[in-house]
Amino acid sequence: MTTALNPKFTFDSFVVGAANRLAVTAARTVVENPGSAYNPLFIYSGSGLGKTHLLMAIGSQAKKVAPGFNIEYLTLDEYVEAFHAAIAAGQGDAFRRRFQNVDVLLVDDVQFLTGRAEMQTELLRLTEVLQGTGHQIVLTCDRPPGEIAALDERLISRFSGGLVVDMGVPDYETRVAILRRKAEERGAAFQPGVLETVAGADFVNVRELMGALNRLIAYQAVNETPINAEAAKQVLGLASVAAATGGGSADEFAQFVSDVTVTVGKAVEAWRSRVAEAILRWEGEGYRTHRLEALLERDAPAAVDEAITSFVKDVERLKALETEVAALDPQAAGQSIFRDPEHMPEAEEAAARVREGAGPPPAPSPAFPLAQFAAGASNQMAMSAVAAVLAQPGKKYNPLLLVGRSGLGKTHLLNAVGLELAQRRGAIVACLSTQDFVDELIAAIDGNRMDWWRARYRRATALLLDDIHLLAGKERTQEELFNLFNLFLDQERQLVFTAPTPPGAFQGIEPRIASRLGSGLVAELTEPDRDVRRGAAERLLVQLHQPTEAALLDYLADRPVDSVRALTTLVQRVVGAATAKEQPLSAGLAREELEGQAPVGERRRTSGFRTSGIVVSSAGGVRSREKMVWDWPEPSDRVLEESR
Amino acid sequence: MSLVNFTAREITCKIVYYGPGRSGKTTNLHYVYGRVPESRRGRMVSLATQTDRTLFFDFLPIDLGQISGFTTRFQLYTVPGQVYYNATRRLVLQGADGVVFVADSQARQLDENIESLQNLQANLLDHGVDIRGMPLVLQYNKQDLPRELILTSADLDDALNFRSLPSFPADALHGVGVFETLKSISEQVLKRLSQGTTA
Repeated sequence: MTTALNPKFTFDSFVVGAANRLAVTAARTVVENPGSAYNPLFIYSGSGLGKTHLLMAIGSQAKKVAPGFNIEYLTLDEYVEAFHAAIAAGQGDAFRRRFQNVDVLLVDDVQFLTGRAEMQTELLRLTEVLQGTGHQIVLTCDRPPGEIAALDERLISRFSGGLVVDMGVPDYETRVAILRRKAEERGAAFQPGVLETVAGADFVNVRELMGALNRLIAYQAVNETPINAEAAKQVLGLASVAAATGGGSADEFAQFVSDVTVTVGKAVEAWRSRVAEAILRWEGEGYRTHRLEALLERDAPAAVDEAITSFVKDVERLKALETEVAALDPQAAGQSIFRDPEHMPEAEEAAARVREGAGPPPAPSPAFPLAQFAAGASNQMAMSAVAAVLAQPGKKYNPLLLVGRSGLGKTHLLNAVGLELAQRRGAIVACLSTQDFVDELIAAIDGNRMDWWRARYRRATALLLDDIHLLAGKERTQEELFNLFNLFLDQERQLVFTAPTPPGAFQGIEPRIASRLGSGLVAELTEPDRDVRRGAAERLLVQLHQPTEAALLDYLADRPVDSVRALTTLVQRVVGAATAKEQPLSAGLAREELEGQAPVGERRRTSGFRTSGIVVSSAGGVRSREKMVWDWPEPSDRVLEESR
Repeated sequence: MSLVNFTAREITCKIVYYGPGRSGKTTNLHYVYGRVPESRRGRMVSLATQTDRTLFFDFLPIDLGQISGFTTRFQLYTVPGQVYYNATRRLVLQGADGVVFVADSQARQLDENIESLQNLQANLLDHGVDIRGMPLVLQYNKQDLPRELILTSADLDDALNFRSLPSFPADALHGVGVFETLKSISEQVLKRLSQGTTA
């Protein structure tokens, strides 16, 4: 089975260059001192670089040095084949004996040991035996021992234990030398520059170089004309290869183009990776990225960065909208519309809807400025409480409960406080009647918009409710108010309420609310004293553009009215009479009107509407003043109305 | 000049070889010309004086063929190095995508190198281009001259390369460093593609 050594493969025919000098030296040493210098000698190199040549040269030389030597050269495959044949023939022992008696064992291509555990064991055993008996082993491989896949560790250490040398690609000079040597061997002569041209070409190994040389020899033999360098290039298909005399490698341009290709590839595709990055990022945050995905499907990036920037801008806007909406209505913020930059207008609309819905809560009526509230001894306590509240909202008297009979100006004072508070920076004052508060809540429950309803009031910096006693029996409203109440107290936001009686007398209101209502300051408004009456009369006359004579004001102030509202009715009556008579208003005219036709006056007073301008819609059905006048002419009806 | 035209799928790079007179700019182009297959190169336009000094400029168009689906062309220009041709230099610099500064390694030429580099900066500024934003590599040519006549790459780096640009020792006459330089400037220029520069 052993391959005969090729007599052409000798040390003499082996061209030594920088790349293989070490290997050749080691090989020569091994021949001179078999089994003692480097054992085993492991030579590795790429294909076609002379491993086999060197291995055979060792064999040939050893035979020359010691003709009696038993020298075995075989490739690993042959070794495996021989082993299997021997085992099959039942002559395994004979096989082993045969190799144990070899003086120089030369094994080619040991990389094929991969995956042959049985052979590895066999070779390991053989190596040990040969090493032990001082017999030389030389192995070649296309890679270092450590890189042979699935090779037994013990073999690796055995192989590495001797000398491991590699052979590189011969340099240009060596290639020229190889070509010259081979051409000489073949008896071929070439024009100057031809062999250099071949050597300068980018052949990866000597075998290919030999192939090229063979082609040139054949070409020259056929054409019977000496080939020149240019023709040689044509023959070898190296037309684009530049002349090898010059610095650097032969085909610098080709190399350059390939480098540029890599760079362009990276650069051209870079925009894609930027887009993909953006998609990953925003998708991760839950935004729809159709727009960016569409970009990826295009061949050319049309303003990729602008597209990404505009996308990010839209997303930022969506975020802002969502944050805004979340503050107004936590439920609405979860809408998917705020995650889709493709539908910005819809998102804006949705936000606008929420914004509208959760607009500021009802504000105090501008018809009741504090300056127009007539102050006097009868409401001094309430006025000083209001002053304290305005000086330190939410801190001193919280809540402030204004108590007094109907028509004493509670509503006016409440709205006046609201107006004053609303003038502060960033203030959102919720000021409304309790009935409206209840109605809003019912509407919110009905529209399943409790969250926005709550959010709306939670934003307020002050909550002012008129006629808080109307909460009676409204359990849900009480519950909601209770929560708001605690929030406002915690955050020192002002609460102001009005009620006809102190909280202790409330019916149908939970004790926890009633007690809280009384926990701040309960300020009572009593029947207006003369100062208040005079002040109120003056204000009314000024409002109605009437003269404010002292005699008239004194007369009006002396009228025995029990509320500002009653006084207002009086004033309106006298003003109406003066207008009807086309006379200027005076004390005499007033007296004539009020005392001369007293019964009619009483009758008119039963009209039941609040001349202060506020319509208390506790009945929910009051549409117009005329209706009230004509529908409820009887005093008994008026009593009913007031008790509601 | 647009670097990349995505519609026509073309990449065009204008690279200008700049430097003092006789530093070897034209030699660089000649070497490249000699290495480019005939089918890939245009006619090298060289307007030279009788003594082989570049009078106007050299122009070498190279067709790199289809790269990633782009018809890729490089246009290599040199400027006349002599001080009195500044108008030409400024003209050639217009629309440059990258500049190779070819310095003369000879010790006695150091001042000319520095002056030329300053001139480059000034001329770029005239076009509204900040030199710091322009792809630029340095080539220290004539490194094959006797040691005692030239400055080493390290010395030249100290003297000229204060921005740590890529720099290459070269012997343009024999091709050493020529393609390395061209490769480096090409990479820098082409990297601008990734910054989304569009037509």
